[in-house]
Amino acid sequence: MNEETTGHTLKAFDDDLNRLRALISQMGGLAEHAIREAIRCLQTRDLDAAKEVIANDAKLDALEIETEKRAIQVIALRAPMAGDLRDVVAALKISAVVERIGDYAKNIAKRIPKLEASRDIEPLSLMPEMARIATEMVHDVLNAFVERDAEAAMRVYERDQAVDDFYNSIFRTLLTHMMENQHNIGQAAHLLFIAKNIERVGDHATNIAEMVYYAATGEHLPDRIAKVEEGEADN
Amino acid sequence: MNDITTTKAEKVDTAPDPLPVAEVDQGRKPKMRAQHVNVFYGEKQAINDVSINIFDDKVTAFIGPSGCGKSTFLRTLNRMNDTIPSARVTGHIELDGEDIHAPAMDVVQLRARVGMVFQKPNPFPKSIYENIAYGPRIHGLTSSKSEMDQIVESSLRRAGLWDEVKDRLDESGTALSGGQQQRLCIARAIAVDPEVILMDEPCSALDPIATAKIEELIHELRGRYAIAIVTHNMQQAARVSQRTAFFHLGELVEYGKTSEIFTNPKAKRTQDYITGRYG
Repeated sequence: MNEETTGHTLKAFDDDLNRLRALISQMGGLAEHAIREAIRCLQTRDLDAAKEVIANDAKLDALEIETEKRAIQVIALRAPMAGDLRDVVAALKISAVVERIGDYAKNIAKRIPKLEASRDIEPLSLMPEMARIATEMVHDVLNAFVERDAEAAMRVYERDQAVDDFYNSIFRTLLTHMMENQHNIGQAAHLLFIAKNIERVGDHATNIAEMVYYAATGEHLPDRIAKVEEGEADN
Repeated sequence: MNDITTTKAEKVDTAPDPLPVAEVDQGRKPKMRAQHVNVFYGEKQAINDVSINIFDDKVTAFIGPSGCGKSTFLRTLNRMNDTIPSARVTGHIELDGEDIHAPAMDVVQLRARVGMVFQKPNPFPKSIYENIAYGPRIHGLTSSKSEMDQIVESSLRRAGLWDEVKDRLDESGTALSGGQQQRLCIARAIAVDPEVILMDEPCSALDPIATAKIEELIHELRGRYAIAIVTHNMQQAARVSQRTAFFHLGELVEYGKTSEIFTNPKAKRTQDYITGRYG
């Protein structure tokens, strides 16, 4: 039901909902930037910028608290119903997930000093592309939330496989490196965690896609996918 | 942007016609069944082809903007519209499978079986006791004073009023507070042992505490009576009912489980109304 064009009779209610959406957008922007920045620092071994990524995470935490406060206010003061209520609950849940994505960026940034002395090993070259896809998923899914676009959310949901494929490939390569030379194990383990963090970002984007889909349609995405698959089996 | 707004605004309601029965109630035997009901006030049609089933153990809320016909429809269920000379009702309404418009149907008897509580509490200007005793007496439900005492007590108890009035049953019903008067009217409706209770905005003249007491009462009475309630207060409909029917311009737009209607309505008109976008 992506056809709400008329605003509320009470304009202030629209303002409240728009403010919530804006907060989520702002959080998304910060989280995307943090992941990209962390990966850039990883490639360039830019320790100062890595410290900044770590420090900036506090902004996301503050925005999450702000979102929660506003969502609870909307529920208490406006008694939202139907699509509005689903939106507000989605905003609450999404803000927690985006905050988590920020934590992954922070975690990646923290590992960078430990890699400083090490020489490059191959999987490093795959990380930026993997991170690009994962942050794009975050970007697109949060746009889908702001636009209440269920179809766009579903397309994000389907892109997670690419991130998983990257992860599996990096995992195998790192394993080989560890087996070849045990001096590589420390560095490879850090890189493995970084890859895992990016993979989790993709997972979280798909979780948000489910929340956006439900907020926009009132139907659960996994149910719909199951239904589609059932239909295919029948044919 | 304007273009998009125009095209979307022109989009017609694509939801299918509302089923007279919420999907979950398919196959259950209704207490009341209304089929293709139309109501006219003179030339003006107030209700347009409404079909709905009402069930024993459910509270059914009728919601919709002013003038949508929800009260008019409620009043067809015990033929209260008969009292309005210009009103004309067509269609078929059954109570336990009996046609309520059948010539054999005694209207007084029907209104005892299908009781009604109004927006403004309207106790008789008589004692609290007499307010309750009046109905059972004219319907010949009792044969002795002690039996009547018992009906008065049990009705007041069920309406949650007994403890507040048991020591002053001789006082005038109109001396009670608004909330107490409304519970007295509910006790009065209960006294004749009805099967269905219709409530037309029973709380709109009450304060929040009196409202909460009536809502609690509605909750307790469910299971014993089929209850249909008209309310302007959507939060109230959400709180007290298990089924909700949304009326708009004399039509039944959507009917279903209350939990569904308020979280995921199917029709755009319902969505707009309950989220405060109507009009």
